[in-house]
Amino acid sequence: MSPLSTLTPRVKTLKINGLDVSASEGEKILDVARQNGIQIPTLCQLDGLTSVGACRLCLVEVKGTPKLLPACVTSVEEGMEVTTTSERLVKYRQMILELLFSERNHICSVCVSNGHCDLQGMAQAHGMTHVRFPYLYPQQGVDASHRRYVMDHNRCILCARCVRVCDEIEGAHTWDIQGRGGDAFVITDFNQPWGESQTCTSCGKCVQVCPTGALSEKGKSVAEMTKKREFVPYLTLMREEL
Amino acid sequence: MTPEELQEQAEKRRAEQKDTPHQIRVCVAAGCISTQSDQVKEALVKGLSPELQKTCQVNGVGCMGLCKEGPLVSVDDTLYKAVSAADAPELINSLSQTPVQRLLCDSKAPFFSRQKKIVLENSGKINPEVIEDYIAADGYVALHKALAEMTPLQVNEQVTISGLRGRGGAGFPTGLKWSTVAKGAAGQKYVICNADEGDPGAFMDRSVLESDPHRVLEGMAIAGYAVGANQGYIYIRAEYPLAIQRLKLAIRQAERLELLGKNIFGTTFSFHVELRIGAGAFVCGEETALIASIEGKRGTPRPRPPFPAESGLWGRPTLINNVETFANIAPILRNGGSWFAGIGTEKSKGTKVFALAGKITNTGLIEIPMGITLREIIFDIGGGIPDGRKFKAVQTGGPSGGCIPEQYLDMPIDYESLAKAGSIMGSGGMIVMDDTSCMVDVAKFFMEFCMTESCGKCVPCRVGTVQLHGLLCRITDGTATMDDLSQLEELCDMVRSTSLCGLGQTAPNPVVSTLRYFKEEYLAHIQEKRCLAGVCKITVPHAAGVSR
Repeated sequence: MSPLSTLTPRVKTLKINGLDVSASEGEKILDVARQNGIQIPTLCQLDGLTSVGACRLCLVEVKGTPKLLPACVTSVEEGMEVTTTSERLVKYRQMILELLFSERNHICSVCVSNGHCDLQGMAQAHGMTHVRFPYLYPQQGVDASHRRYVMDHNRCILCARCVRVCDEIEGAHTWDIQGRGGDAFVITDFNQPWGESQTCTSCGKCVQVCPTGALSEKGKSVAEMTKKREFVPYLTLMREEL
Repeated sequence: MTPEELQEQAEKRRAEQKDTPHQIRVCVAAGCISTQSDQVKEALVKGLSPELQKTCQVNGVGCMGLCKEGPLVSVDDTLYKAVSAADAPELINSLSQTPVQRLLCDSKAPFFSRQKKIVLENSGKINPEVIEDYIAADGYVALHKALAEMTPLQVNEQVTISGLRGRGGAGFPTGLKWSTVAKGAAGQKYVICNADEGDPGAFMDRSVLESDPHRVLEGMAIAGYAVGANQGYIYIRAEYPLAIQRLKLAIRQAERLELLGKNIFGTTFSFHVELRIGAGAFVCGEETALIASIEGKRGTPRPRPPFPAESGLWGRPTLINNVETFANIAPILRNGGSWFAGIGTEKSKGTKVFALAGKITNTGLIEIPMGITLREIIFDIGGGIPDGRKFKAVQTGGPSGGCIPEQYLDMPIDYESLAKAGSIMGSGGMIVMDDTSCMVDVAKFFMEFCMTESCGKCVPCRVGTVQLHGLLCRITDGTATMDDLSQLEELCDMVRSTSLCGLGQTAPNPVVSTLRYFKEEYLAHIQEKRCLAGVCKITVPHAAGVSR
């Protein structure tokens, strides 16, 4: 193999929903689909942050593979045939959303992010009208100790975007997750009040990337909290350029 | 150490053993220690007169299998069960005389005679805390053979020929895994031994580590040579303090004799082993979560690919095998891959260690050749169901497995047959249930386990298991409707198909398998408000037409 061929990424061709598309080696199904106008739902994925495949909304079918694969972390392969919507996938996505709604207290009518919420938008896009599963209503509490921001655990979906942006972009690693399974929750430092955090730089990136009203700016009332996420891919790109 | 010195050590130890005509062996694995076998051993040591001390040796040894009858003690060739410290003088008096009748354990019984021991060949015979004992039992001969006579490729070849499949549960061909890591990117590579056994009812790996730790270390070193790794880690759960203690001792002993460490047997091959103690999270048995935990991160799985063989510990090619898999390696190299391939069935070679638990006469640890039937295991080796009760089902494979009913009793044990019956081999836990067990309650037990052990990373497993458990609770307390049953089935399918790692993907299995074979029990709870086994406390009155 000549040195040149190792530097030039190979081009792959594949089919997504029957559409012939091309991609570079190593690109993920999700990105290639988006480039071609095919939207695959995601909640934990955010451009500029590493993908973790945790929310499972972006699962797709790949011909010849019995397992469903997360589009955000699955690399394209030559000749792959991907289906992004099928009866089965739609059903699973609806169930995942229902499970998320059943897990904590997602009451849109009193939420700062009402109308600007990824979870709410996703439920609307998937025609979710009600939740069949019993609401679990755990007592999660609110941390309002920070001067500028509020953390409402009841609205958290544990997507870990805050954890990743703080670690990967801000480099502070203030956020993390404590506990297991249904008892898992995000913490700042060693589960100290956010306002007393020694590592938090108060940059607010976590607030901006949060998909729901779990992280918000103080002083925002119902439906006022809009989020700016465009800076994350920009920052990532700038760092790569350097 | 040179091979000659190794030979010398072995001869010396064998001569020592020959010089003492009497050997008393006391099981000091965790099962027997829990019934005070350590006190029995102490009493025996103290009870030997100075005269007898010259002709009789008292040794702590590993598990002899029949855990239910512990503490087990063997005096020369006679096996005794349920020995207490007070029995020591009698046992000592029996040396070269008539055996103590009331403590006799029939070592000719099917429990012992029907087994075939490869992994456990030294278990119960050698002292796990004395490396010379292991060496006298041909220990480290296979490692020397690999380093001196074989290329890494030839070692891989023998493992491939043996047909050995991973004993951790999934049954992936070991030779294929090894050669994949061997072909991985050049440079630093790692070998990991997964000793994070956590299935309810399982204690195979613990017993192997407590009874014959050097066997696992030797297997790891051979693997290191075969794949090109100079560093090994044993990831072991903190709940196994005795295994940890014996492993630490074994590593120190092997390093002292230069059987581990730098330039083993004077070759260029070096291999170091370190222990990593897990904090007791079931999910850390999943290889990517295990790797994250060794790296000092939160023990959560990540999507595969990339598989650890390509990108594992610190991004380097990593071989992960289970304790029992490594324990099979030394005999495979000593006797050749085709010897091993001659045992077992066409697709499942060798033997398998099972932990027999539950409603069975002989609870304990057994090793059987693949291909013998469940009936032979449960009724011949296991001695059947106690108290004249009726066999109902056997749960294999832990929370990832399923319940197998009576109609499959004559099924041969191998990876494929178990899968066909809706369960898995798993690591080898086998929980026998009789007609006093409620299968819905059993499913609820396993779901509760999965719910509390879910790491919480992906939604289907984190929330799905909670909702599944809630549905099972409603069924067992008699408040569920037929809608709940269909929701249960729907959720099982969804959690299985969409979860990120093996824990979530297999969490519904106990529910699915009990629904498959014991649906009438689910229906009785829902429609008749009745638990057929009389286990569940249903307080709802027997009102007709409650169910929809």
